[in-house]
Amino acid sequence: MSKNILLYSAIVIFGLVAPFVFPAFKVQLSILCVLIVLATTWNIQGGEMGYNTFGNILFYGLGMYLCASVQVGMFFPLAEWTESGGEKTFVHTPAQFFQGMAVGLVVAAVVPTIVAGLIGYAILGLRGHYFAICTLGLGVAAGEISGGIEIIGAGQGFTTPPFPEVGGLEARGEFFYFLSFGALILTFVAVRAIYSTRFRLILNAIRDNEDKAEAMGIETMKYKIIGWMVSAFFCGLAGGIMGGLVGYIDSTDVAFDGREMGVFMVLMAILGGKGTLWGPVIGATVFHIFKEGFWTFFLGWQYVALGVLIVVIVIYFPEGIMGWLREKYPEKFGEVIDEKDRKAQVELK
Amino acid sequence: MDFMVFQYPMITVQACLDGLLLGILFALIAYGMALQWGVMNIINIAQGDLVILGGYIAYFMYLYGIHPAWGVIVSPIIMYFIGVGIYKLVINKVVDRDLFISILATFGISILFMQLMNFAFGADVVLANSGYGTTMLFDNNVTLPNSKIFSAVISIVFAIGLVIYMKKSKLGRAIRATAQNSRAAKILGVDTEKVYAATFGINAALCGVAGALISITFTIHPYMGLPYTIRSFMIVIVAGLGNLPGVAMSGMGLGVFEEFADYILGTEFRIGAVFLLLVLILVYRRFKLSRKREYLK
Repeated sequence: MSKNILLYSAIVIFGLVAPFVFPAFKVQLSILCVLIVLATTWNIQGGEMGYNTFGNILFYGLGMYLCASVQVGMFFPLAEWTESGGEKTFVHTPAQFFQGMAVGLVVAAVVPTIVAGLIGYAILGLRGHYFAICTLGLGVAAGEISGGIEIIGAGQGFTTPPFPEVGGLEARGEFFYFLSFGALILTFVAVRAIYSTRFRLILNAIRDNEDKAEAMGIETMKYKIIGWMVSAFFCGLAGGIMGGLVGYIDSTDVAFDGREMGVFMVLMAILGGKGTLWGPVIGATVFHIFKEGFWTFFLGWQYVALGVLIVVIVIYFPEGIMGWLREKYPEKFGEVIDEKDRKAQVELK
Repeated sequence: MDFMVFQYPMITVQACLDGLLLGILFALIAYGMALQWGVMNIINIAQGDLVILGGYIAYFMYLYGIHPAWGVIVSPIIMYFIGVGIYKLVINKVVDRDLFISILATFGISILFMQLMNFAFGADVVLANSGYGTTMLFDNNVTLPNSKIFSAVISIVFAIGLVIYMKKSKLGRAIRATAQNSRAAKILGVDTEKVYAATFGINAALCGVAGALISITFTIHPYMGLPYTIRSFMIVIVAGLGNLPGVAMSGMGLGVFEEFADYILGTEFRIGAVFLLLVLILVYRRFKLSRKREYLK
């Protein structure tokens, strides 16, 4: 346990000093935090519950639009703001900006949670690939429909309020970094707390055999919906932060971006190892480093690389990094292996 | 919202005719999807991208001065080999695995194809002009491009041809046997690996035909693949596997639905309406099945 405390405090201290030690990487680190949040929340569905969703992007995009809309709508008429297309006809004062951001983030987290609860009963009754395709359809439909709604900018996009004139570019980066780092800590602590309760065992029971779990007297539907609501909460929060960080919301390219973010979260969780607490964190970090390197040096070929990467990971590496480590060092994961057993296996090979 | 469509009967006739002819094309793509789903238990997200790729083959023939209608012959031949290639490289490693693995792997292929097509052919919306002219019906109130009629006829010819091939030929029998029970088929001497490769190839060839027809009648664009996948998935789950008349019927129904959605909601919501319909159908199906389960209890 003491080793864990050391590890956690090391990570927190690194997180706190990182923007000052590596000021050039502030935006990248903020995006990394958001990616870890997304991978961790996807893991609640895909890893623990066995419900492989492509639809968590719905909550992410919803949170993004809601946060920006609230931030603008609290002080200015929303329709005129989007009409002007980001020209500085209205300017937020610093107090208005932070106030709007705070309220916006709360709304961005709460409303997707409610949405998840409302549609959960209908959607989570689907099994296996029907669920996967249905959530894929949900995400794309949300993107297409939001691209046709005038008040949130329709096809031309939605410019989020620019950061107020306090401290310039450095302050903006630090503000969003600490916001996303805070979201990451919040998510990790919450998910870790959830995983140490009976709830995780119930989710795992649903993954392993849902009918049997139901027969044992577990109200599977209730727990599935709760799990989805937890995901939606943090996805919406991450979306709200990301919207402010990017500064511009487009319906299909930024918010409901099933082709990028929607696939990234699945890929990161699988790369790190499904169904583990640390897997998505490691997966997101490795993926982000790889992605940034590739995106920088092979600009234009990134989607080709992404496609190849998906195929390679899914086919050759479905257990992920944590699964590989677990196979290599089972003792570290608390698995006891009989020496005789191992010898017998070696002889068999 | 625009309800003019109900006030002028000719617009209704126009929408229905367009929808039916479009739906036949959808049914052809869905038939390929049902085939591979039934035989290999794979849901191919890259289905729509294969369609678009087939369309580009016809478009290139048009660019080089060959009449694009010949694409209906050339495109499936090229697409067959591309399909077999995809099978050998990727699909044969995911055939016996979890369905989600195959969905994700084909999703990767889909992204890859999208981007490669974007590089190779550019991001413009293109169409191959067949020069077939249009037919006017009902005092020139309804316009019907002859290319649409041509594409519907060709689709029906290919579908019927494939049904006969599946019934009569040796490979067709092997495919049907593998679909029923792959282990038993293997024991009885069917080379299931070859059957799988052929199935995927035939599916890709069907996509090639459909794509060539789409490039003649409508437009193609590298990123337009996913809606075709979703449409064919929807048609297959509504009709059920191995129910060919059902596939044709629900394909045409979907076509008509889309045309009406286009008129009533506006073109910008067309794709959104398709995806929402998918969600609604799946949810409806889920409630119907759960009622059945309760009844059994």
